[in-house]
Amino acid sequence: MLAKRIIPCLDVHDGRVVKGVKFQELRDAGDPVACAKAYDEQGADELVFLDITASSDERPIMHKVVEETASQCFMPLTVGGGLRNVHNIRQMLFSGADKVSLNTAAINDPKLILDSAVKFGNQCIVVAIDAKRSGDSWGVFTHGGRKATDLDAIEWAKKAVSLGAGEILLTSMDCDGMKTGYDVELTRRISESVEVPVIASGGAGNLDHLVDVLEDGKADAVLAASIFHFGEYTIPQAKKHLGQASLPVRL
Amino acid sequence: MKKRIAIINYGMGNLRSVENAVKQVGADVRIVTSPDEVGEADGLVLPGVGALQDCIEGLVAAKFPDFLKGWVAEERPLLGVCLGLQAMFERSEERDVKGLGLFAGEVKRFKSRPGLKIPHMGWNQAKLCKGDSPYWNGLDDEQSSFYFVHSYYVAPEDESLILTTTDYEGVFTSSISKGNTLACQFHPEKSQSNGLRIYANFVDNCKNRH
Repeated sequence: MLAKRIIPCLDVHDGRVVKGVKFQELRDAGDPVACAKAYDEQGADELVFLDITASSDERPIMHKVVEETASQCFMPLTVGGGLRNVHNIRQMLFSGADKVSLNTAAINDPKLILDSAVKFGNQCIVVAIDAKRSGDSWGVFTHGGRKATDLDAIEWAKKAVSLGAGEILLTSMDCDGMKTGYDVELTRRISESVEVPVIASGGAGNLDHLVDVLEDGKADAVLAASIFHFGEYTIPQAKKHLGQASLPVRL
Repeated sequence: MKKRIAIINYGMGNLRSVENAVKQVGADVRIVTSPDEVGEADGLVLPGVGALQDCIEGLVAAKFPDFLKGWVAEERPLLGVCLGLQAMFERSEERDVKGLGLFAGEVKRFKSRPGLKIPHMGWNQAKLCKGDSPYWNGLDDEQSSFYFVHSYYVAPEDESLILTTTDYEGVFTSSISKGNTLACQFHPEKSQSNGLRIYANFVDNCKNRH
């Protein structure tokens, strides 16, 4: 049976992990490769690096991080942030990323989803959607949530998939950082609207929140940062909890 | 002496993870773009992600199809991964592509229906169908997990090819083996210790030619 995936996300700025990851076993918690290895050893199902480097001059550092991670961690690795065109995507895949996550660039130029999916396969094109509730629907935001668009999140998810997205990474901006749980309704609506897997993101505060969005939200995977980074819970604890809730997990 | 493993590069994306995994299990790696470069390699890996049509076109352009048929006929070790497995069969439902025809059978797509996510993406278990396979040394027969990402699967005519099956709302063939050929739908290079075990078993099964 296909397992529900638990995916830690590391924010990387100028080649360093930000938001202070606290692994007791790590001497340098700012080293993304060391953090990736620690999660690999804990049994994380995949890993996401989000490159939040502002300046494109510093991009080569991210390629080095990805190369080193891929040579030491034999698990799926997704990289997002700053990928604007097919050339950027190709370089990141060649550095060792298995998938790339596109957000603002895909909204500015939806054909980028099509072009990159045709070139590299749907399986490696993740479209990330930052959604914020407005009445009975959800709007899409870009630029890390700073700019509103006129897109409806459900319609945009459907369009992204029709263009070739192999997976949707859905972040609720209302819930992100609140630690009060994922937006279960948004996740369920999107998951029921598209054929591809949906990764829920934003709002995890405890392990029951993971269960809620995987069960009621029909998510295929959960992305979480702080509940794992700060050592509140380990990946094995999370999997045990999901297993007790009768969700399929890889132990 | 280290085993020498050649990995076929026919212009399809990322070979790095396959290369890393083969190195990790202690073999020497050579990336090859034509049959001439394969030389006296002890084993050959046919990787692949993306679309099958591009995969076959890439192999044809690099003149690999007849070479691979000869390689298998001589019972030299071959490992196919993902599209590398699908390419070995006669034809695919994916744009009606004609495959290499190393084995009889078709490549089929998972049938769309409400609630079933396609691609089949993530960790799933492979169940061993052959009791004594050297490729499964050190792995659990019933529930070894591997990482999958695919929308198509192979349906071999000869059921004795089937090494493992996997359940995704229905049972499909997740790996095949025949003699010195092994091919997996899952990605061993992305499957942590279980995946490295597969690479190690494949490399162990390759004989030093010199």
